[in-house]
Amino acid sequence: MPTFVYMTRCDGCGQCVDICPSDIMHIDKTLRRAYNIEPNMCWECYSCVKACPHHAIDVRGYADFAPLGHSVRVHRDEEKGTIAWRIKFRNGKKDMELLAPITTKPWGTAFPKFAEIPAPSQAMRDSELLFNEPKYIRLDDGDLRSLKTAGLKLKEGVYY
Amino acid sequence: MGYKTIIEDNIDILVVGAGLGGTGAAFEARYWGKDKKIVIAEKANIDRSGAVAQGLYAINCYMGTRFGENNPEDHVRYARMDLMGMVREDLAFDMARHVDSSVHLFEEWGLPLMKDPKKGTYMREGRWQIMIHGESYKPIVAEAAKKSADKVFNRVCVTHLLMDDSKENRVAGAVGFNVRTGNYHVFKSKTVICGAGGASNIFKPRSVGEGAGRVWYAPWSSGSAYGLMIEAGAKMTQMENRIVLARFKDGYGPVGAYFLHLKTYTQNGLGEEYESKWFPALAEMVGKEYLDTEGQHLSHKPIPTCLRNHAFISEVNAGRGPIHMVTMEAFQDPHLEEIGWHNFLGMTVGQAVLWAATDVDPKYENPELTTSEPYVMGSHATGCGAWCSGPEDVSPPEYYWGYNRMTTVEGLFGAGDAVGGTPHAFSSGSFTEGRLAAKAACKYIDDGKAEGIRVSDEQIANLKKKIYKPLETYRVYSNEVVGGSVNPNFINPRQGLDRLQKLMDEYCGGFGVNYMTNEKLLQIGLKKLKSLEEDMEKIAASDIHELLRAWELHHRVRTSESVFQHTLFRKETRWPGYYYRGDAMKLDDKNWHVLTVSQRDRKTGEYTMEKAPLYHLVSDK
Repeated sequence: MPTFVYMTRCDGCGQCVDICPSDIMHIDKTLRRAYNIEPNMCWECYSCVKACPHHAIDVRGYADFAPLGHSVRVHRDEEKGTIAWRIKFRNGKKDMELLAPITTKPWGTAFPKFAEIPAPSQAMRDSELLFNEPKYIRLDDGDLRSLKTAGLKLKEGVYY
Repeated sequence: MGYKTIIEDNIDILVVGAGLGGTGAAFEARYWGKDKKIVIAEKANIDRSGAVAQGLYAINCYMGTRFGENNPEDHVRYARMDLMGMVREDLAFDMARHVDSSVHLFEEWGLPLMKDPKKGTYMREGRWQIMIHGESYKPIVAEAAKKSADKVFNRVCVTHLLMDDSKENRVAGAVGFNVRTGNYHVFKSKTVICGAGGASNIFKPRSVGEGAGRVWYAPWSSGSAYGLMIEAGAKMTQMENRIVLARFKDGYGPVGAYFLHLKTYTQNGLGEEYESKWFPALAEMVGKEYLDTEGQHLSHKPIPTCLRNHAFISEVNAGRGPIHMVTMEAFQDPHLEEIGWHNFLGMTVGQAVLWAATDVDPKYENPELTTSEPYVMGSHATGCGAWCSGPEDVSPPEYYWGYNRMTTVEGLFGAGDAVGGTPHAFSSGSFTEGRLAAKAACKYIDDGKAEGIRVSDEQIANLKKKIYKPLETYRVYSNEVVGGSVNPNFINPRQGLDRLQKLMDEYCGGFGVNYMTNEKLLQIGLKKLKSLEEDMEKIAASDIHELLRAWELHHRVRTSESVFQHTLFRKETRWPGYYYRGDAMKLDDKNWHVLTVSQRDRKTGEYTMEKAPLYHLVSDK
C-alpha cells in the first residue's frame, strides 16, 4: 500500500528520504516537501511512516484491490521502547489499538565491547567455534556438535 | 558526467549488502579480526534494509539445544524432507549448530523474545520457530554491525565485483555508485562477503499497476547476490529451486503463526478439507519416500511445503476455490486475535491495511489465501545460491575447499540468500552464516591467501564507463523525440522490468501459466531473454534513481538467465507446487538425486552445467 505525504504536516526534514529502503521517498524540489516518487516499488514497510517526526506520512491501500476509507497509524517511541498501532476499518465497525515492545534495553548499550575482550587464541581460531561459543549455544562448557559427537557417519554421496 | 571517484583502499573485509547476513558478518569479523579494516557497502540505510527492514514476528530457525528441544541433525532431516532431498547437509548442519548462539546474542542486545511462562523456554509457534516482538529486529542488529565496522557506506549500490588482475579467479573488491550523490565508489578489498539479497519481482507479480510493489519478498531485493556472483564467475547451485508461497490473498500476510500457534487451518470454497485428497496421486508422482500417505501418522515426516502448494493449486484449478484460512474459531479468543494482528503489524503491515480497507474481520469471516508468484532466494523454504565450501569437520571432499562459505571464486564469501543449498536458515540462520563467513575470511587473510592483489586502473575506468552508460544513453537520445517515455533508441528500467516479468511468467513457470513449463518453452524464453539482454545495453536512466533501477534490473536479468539454465538442465519435476516441467512430470530419483551446478564464463557468457553429488550426512531416525 503506497505511502503519501500530507502537505501541511511535512517540513521537508528528509528523515523518510534517509530511511526508505526502496529509495522512493524524495524531496519535491519546488514544494520542498517529501513525496513517494514510485508507488509501485513501495512495500508499505512503514519505515518512513515510523521515522517521520510530524506523522506527515500515511499509507493508502493499493488502488488495484483496496477501497478507500481505512487507516492504519503508528507511533514508534524509541525512548519508551514501544510501538503503538491504531487500526480503523473502512466500515467503522472496528477500531483497534495495539501496543508492543520493540526493545528490552536502552539503545546501543548491550553490545560486547570487543576492545575489552581478549583476542581469540590460535586454538580458537583453528576450531569451528564462533564468538563466545560454545557457551552461547548451551550455556555450559560442552563442545560444539560435530558429526562425531552426534554419532553420525559420513555417508557416501549419491551421484549419477 | 562529473561524478567523483571515491576510492576506499586497503580493506580487509568488504561486506556487500547489510541485511541479516551482512550484519552478522560485520559483527563477527570484528572479533576475529581486531586489527582488520571492515567496511560495509549497503544500497539503502543499514538501519532499515534487507528483507527484515519492517520487522519480523518470529525467528524461524532456533534449535533450543539449551532447553534440550532439538539438535542440529534434527533440523537437517527436516530441511532435507522439505526440499525433497536437495540440501547441502554440511552447510545446513553447520548453520544449525551455531544458530542458537546468534539468537542468544539478539536477546542480549535487547530483542524482545516471548517466553513460555511455565517452561521458562522461548515461546514456540512451531518446532523450529520462536515468537518475538521483532519490529526493531533490524535496527538492533544494525547497531551491532555499525559498532563493528570501520566505515559504513549507506546508499551505495554495488554493481560489480572487482577481480584481481594478478591472479585468475580471485576477488579484489567491488564498485558501485552512491544513489544520492551519483559518485563512483571503488572498494579495494582482500575479501568480499556477499550478503546481498535474493530476487523478488523477476516473475510477473499478481498485483498490478500501482500495486506492483505488493509482493511477498521486498521489492528492493533485486537478485544482487546472484547478479554479482554469477558475473564474477562463481559456480551457482539450485537456481531452479524457486519458491512459491501460500499467503493471505493480496496482502501476502504470513501464515506461519496462524497455522502453528493459532491452530488455524485451510478449507476450500465449499468448506471442505481438501489437502489430503490430492496426496495419494501426488505420492505416485514423487514417491513414498517424500510423501508417505499411509504411514504419515507414524513417521511424522513433514509434508514438504511445495507439495502443500500442489494441493492448493490443484484444488483451485478444479474449480473449488477460493481457499480459505479458518480464523473464525481461533479469533474468538481475544489473546489469539491480538497475536494474529500483531503478527502482521510486526512483519507485513500491508495485510493489516488490506483487511482494514476491505472490512475483513477474521473474527467473523475466514480470509482468502493465494499462492504467490515465484521468488528466487536462498534462505526461506528454498535454496538458490552460490556453490560454497563447507566446514572442515563436516564436509566431504567435494564440498570442502578450505574456507567455510567461500564460493568458487577465491576470497569471495557468501551469507544468507547468497549461499546455495541451505534452505530454512531464515533471519537467524542468515546472520549465523554471515558470522561463519567472517571468521573464515579472517583466516583466509591470516593464511596469506590475499597477498599481491592488483587492480588495474583500466578495470576501474572500464567499469565506471559501463555503470554510467544508461545516463549517457538518455542524454544522447531523449531529445530525439518530443517527450514521454516512448523512444526508439532505448527502454527505461520499468519497461525492461515489465518485459522480464512477462517472459519469466510465460516461459519459466510463473503463476500465469500455473507454474508450468517445458523444454520448448524454456528455450523460447532463453531466446527472448537474450534479446532483452541486448537491449539492456540500450537501457536509459533519466536520473540517479533510475540508474539504481537499471542496475537492479541488470542483476534481475542475470538471475533469471541462471534460473532458465538450471530449469532446463534438471529434466524432472522435483518440486511440484513450486514449478512443473510438463515434459518430465515425475520426480526422477534415478537420474536426478543430485545437486545442479552452473558456471557462467566471465568472458563469453556461456553456461556450463554439471551435476554434483548429494551427500546424506545425517541418517534417518
